[in-house]
Amino acid sequence: MLGRSSIACILRTLLKTFEKLLIANRGEIACRVIKTCKKMGIKTVAIHSDVDANAVHVKMADEAVCVGPAPTSKSYLNMDAIMEVIKKTRAQAVHPGYGFLSENKEFARRLASEGVTFIGPDTHAIQAMGDKIESKLLAKNAKVNTIPGFDGVVKDADEAVRIAREIGYPVMIKASAGGGGKGMRIAWDDEETREGFRFSSQEAASSFGDDRLLIEKFIDNPRHIEIQVLADKHGNALWLNERECSIQRRNQKVVEEAPSTFLDPETRRAMGEQAVALAKAVKYSSAGTVEFLVDSSKNFYFLEMNTRLQVEHPVTECITGLDLVQEMIRVAKGYPLRHKQADIPINGWAVECRVYAEDPYKSFGLPSIGKLSQYQEPLHVPSVRVDSGIQQGSDISIYYDPMISKLITYGSNRAEALKRMEEALDNYVIRGVAHNISLLREVIIHPRFVQGDISTKFLPEVYPDGFKGKCFWLKCEKHEISVKNSSSVCFFFRIPIAKSKQSSWELSVRLGDGIYPVAVSKDGSSFSVEVDGMKLNVTSEWNLASPLLSVTIDGTQRTIQRLSRNASGDTSIQFLGTVYKLQILTKVAAELSKYMPEKAAEDTSSILRSPMPGAVVAVSVKPGDMVSEGQEICVIEAMKMQNSMIAAKTGKVKAVHCKAGDTVGEGDLLVELE
Amino acid sequence: PIPGKLTARERILLLLDPDSFDEYDMFVEHRCSDFGMDSSKNKYPGDSVVTGRGRINGRLAYVFSQRNVLCSGVVPQISLIMGPCAGGAVYSPALTDFTFMVKDTSYLFITGPDVVKSVTNEDVTQEQLGGAKTHTSVSGVAHRAFENDIDALLNLREFFNYLPLSNRDPAPVRECHDPSDRLVPELDMLVPIESTKAYDMLDIIHSIADEREFFEIMPSYARNIVVGFARMNGRTVGIVGNQPKVASGCLDINSSVKGARFVRFCDAFNIPLITFVDVPGFLPGTAQEYGGIIRHGAKLLFAFAEATVPKITIITRKAYGGAYDVMSSKHLRGDANYAWPTAEVAVMGAKGAVQIIFRGKEADAEAEYVDKFANPFPAAMRGFVDDIIQPSTTRVRICHDLDVLASKTQSSPWKKHANIPL
Repeated sequence: MLGRSSIACILRTLLKTFEKLLIANRGEIACRVIKTCKKMGIKTVAIHSDVDANAVHVKMADEAVCVGPAPTSKSYLNMDAIMEVIKKTRAQAVHPGYGFLSENKEFARRLASEGVTFIGPDTHAIQAMGDKIESKLLAKNAKVNTIPGFDGVVKDADEAVRIAREIGYPVMIKASAGGGGKGMRIAWDDEETREGFRFSSQEAASSFGDDRLLIEKFIDNPRHIEIQVLADKHGNALWLNERECSIQRRNQKVVEEAPSTFLDPETRRAMGEQAVALAKAVKYSSAGTVEFLVDSSKNFYFLEMNTRLQVEHPVTECITGLDLVQEMIRVAKGYPLRHKQADIPINGWAVECRVYAEDPYKSFGLPSIGKLSQYQEPLHVPSVRVDSGIQQGSDISIYYDPMISKLITYGSNRAEALKRMEEALDNYVIRGVAHNISLLREVIIHPRFVQGDISTKFLPEVYPDGFKGKCFWLKCEKHEISVKNSSSVCFFFRIPIAKSKQSSWELSVRLGDGIYPVAVSKDGSSFSVEVDGMKLNVTSEWNLASPLLSVTIDGTQRTIQRLSRNASGDTSIQFLGTVYKLQILTKVAAELSKYMPEKAAEDTSSILRSPMPGAVVAVSVKPGDMVSEGQEICVIEAMKMQNSMIAAKTGKVKAVHCKAGDTVGEGDLLVELE
Repeated sequence: PIPGKLTARERILLLLDPDSFDEYDMFVEHRCSDFGMDSSKNKYPGDSVVTGRGRINGRLAYVFSQRNVLCSGVVPQISLIMGPCAGGAVYSPALTDFTFMVKDTSYLFITGPDVVKSVTNEDVTQEQLGGAKTHTSVSGVAHRAFENDIDALLNLREFFNYLPLSNRDPAPVRECHDPSDRLVPELDMLVPIESTKAYDMLDIIHSIADEREFFEIMPSYARNIVVGFARMNGRTVGIVGNQPKVASGCLDINSSVKGARFVRFCDAFNIPLITFVDVPGFLPGTAQEYGGIIRHGAKLLFAFAEATVPKITIITRKAYGGAYDVMSSKHLRGDANYAWPTAEVAVMGAKGAVQIIFRGKEADAEAEYVDKFANPFPAAMRGFVDDIIQPSTTRVRICHDLDVLASKTQSSPWKKHANIPL
């Protein structure tokens, strides 16, 4: 009899792919690829920058080689160094992950010339799809829906109307020469088209000296839905259903799911078939993603094709049961696809939240850096998958993407997957850096999201003044406050030395602007808490060393995260995703607090501090310069974004504390005015 | 009431457990008879001072009852300065073990700004001369500063929980939910690979302490050394650590004195000492030599050497020269001395050593020296460290050792008292 392991061994030999594979990436995606390689019996080589020497992907891989210093241009994008490592380690194939060199045709070409397999499509497909104009043309030829439009000289208003009717309302009209959304007008009927024509043609002539107009289908309230495709080198291609990625901030996806609540089977099939047609048209092989914009009437239009593994691929894996990395490796080796289109199921529902090290209160997310002083993934929650490349003690640095992990939950239906996501987010312990759990936790329970009523404008629409933490559109406000208070109040009863005989307390809890009297009495391990006339019974095991505290409040189980407390009564907890800062004092201390002087806050108009960690790109002032309010003082670059720091008032520069090239932390003093 | 200040009785109410205060000498009045002070309108019962005893979290505390040199080392004494304190009165807090101050409302000086102006013609405000900031960051007279009266009193309650009631009482043991065998994986990658790169010693201390709690003493003064109290498996410990983030963690006059005073307090009250070593040496230069670094550095050496409490030392990185010796080394009767794999126990760093040995003539000597000495093995082979441990196991090892050392007794030959170099 053959043992199970020997059968696995034989199967491996039969389906041999590569002996050794190099992962030209870092972080979670490198770890993700290594996991599949281990499953397939492929040895792995990790590359890393010097600051990543202790990173998880380095420890997971069989071999690891340093390719340069921290900046990506000198390490993860350093093709010469990577080619050198490939030679030295004799890796037969390279998986590029996403980002970095994954869509770099030059890298693919150099690998091919060395006889090393690139786990991805061939250079032709990368190039064709990487070019915005060429990809649109190819899509059109492959009969893929593209955004209909006209770009050229429009004779008169009648012609404009004719074009608009051809395209179908609503249409967007603007001067071709105007960049972005400048001077853009939306027309819903003939009359508005005539008006739009008049304005735009005038503007085109006067502002740009260029008569050409652009009339294009206006996609109102679009959703971002993409189709995962998988193709082999033998002309076969499959569509692996869609992913809904409409929840975005600044064009970056935040929450994704598969399938989409919006698509019916016909639309899904139509999109899938067009995606496959496009893949076949460019002789695509490997996994790829065709992105579409979908309007409210389920019309869909080709946006672009990503010729790599997408960040959000796990949701597709959850509902189809396929391991996309494994399929990519097999296809790259030249094996034909193992599945038929009819074999591709939609089993259940999967949701992915991108957990970022960023402060969601600042324009939905400004990067935060630091050391993960505590880190615990919610893997005890059922049907949770966490794709991460960090661990407790890891540094989130300014050099790389601030993503902490991808948190994926799965369920037999959407409601179940979302319920598990709530639980997973409540049980996810991240300390040492700011994170966006509060935003994620709010999005997934927002009524519009729960109903599937979303679009790419979801965040700005739902939070027009920016995200401010949990808002109480849920049930009754008072109840929420009491629950929060009572649970946090319990931390107060850390009776350090069991000698105290006290068993009831009169407390005062400050939360935001509100001050709530709270009466607490202890009975064994449970507490009776009275807040604003509402009496609650709170029980727990009271493990005060654990960052997670499971408490039962009047029969309802809640997970509360204890973040910090100090002797002054300042307590901070995380409850339902949002962090609350409370001050818990005895009634006596609270009453006496009113005699304490308010300390004057620092006058911030004459000092400029860095709002986030980053690198100083340029400083445009020197001591003694006069600056006017709103004038640019310096530029901070953080996570690929350049941020202009401006003067808050008019005045003379007293001191400059940074210079171009400096690395600054959040709150660091940059410039002082007199 | 004066803005920003509570009355003495309100302060006591906040400091002590409810209904636990027993007041003494409420009827005492002053006996001054000059300048009309004996008239009845200038007499108040319980004049100028409220004294008594009460409980802090159930444990006995006396409020302004004893302020006697003879009590030093018998019961822990803590002063909280909540208003002006000038002239000879400053020696009252100065003689106690710990002095805390309230920011913006408390001052300590021998002579106030007016006298300073008339004698030295120096213009200085009360705050600059003897405010909380001055004494916690410049002079080292005070050990902590707090925002206001309430903040200060609540923190005093917290601090009191760490301390034994006297030198014959054990420090209180707190029920501990933090497992004593908890591994701390992040420590395995905490010390940077480049030995010139700094890290924060507080990260190590927080991660190994029970519930990440650490009550730091003198956090703003001589920041190149970190001292304070934590608990290990519920028991109070004193922690001393070089701070690589500040002046590379070197020892200088101020940090030696800060460390020595703390070590002696712990020894006096039977609080075990845990020392984290990453020290590149003593700070060189005329300022230090003229200031008497030899004499002051000797205080720390003396304090560690005379301490008979359990002493556990962990060398995290550099342990160079004389400074290595001072930092609770095996040679100073350390009970358990460990090294992390990143430890370098040597006379000095490779660059300096090679310059001295070879006068710059040997180019490859530096690499050889690094190879030979920039690791913990030579020290381990000589028994100067008892073991080389995986950093993640540090908490487990310390808790085990403290268990074993709980019954440690060590006696010194009879003497009136030792003569520490002052």
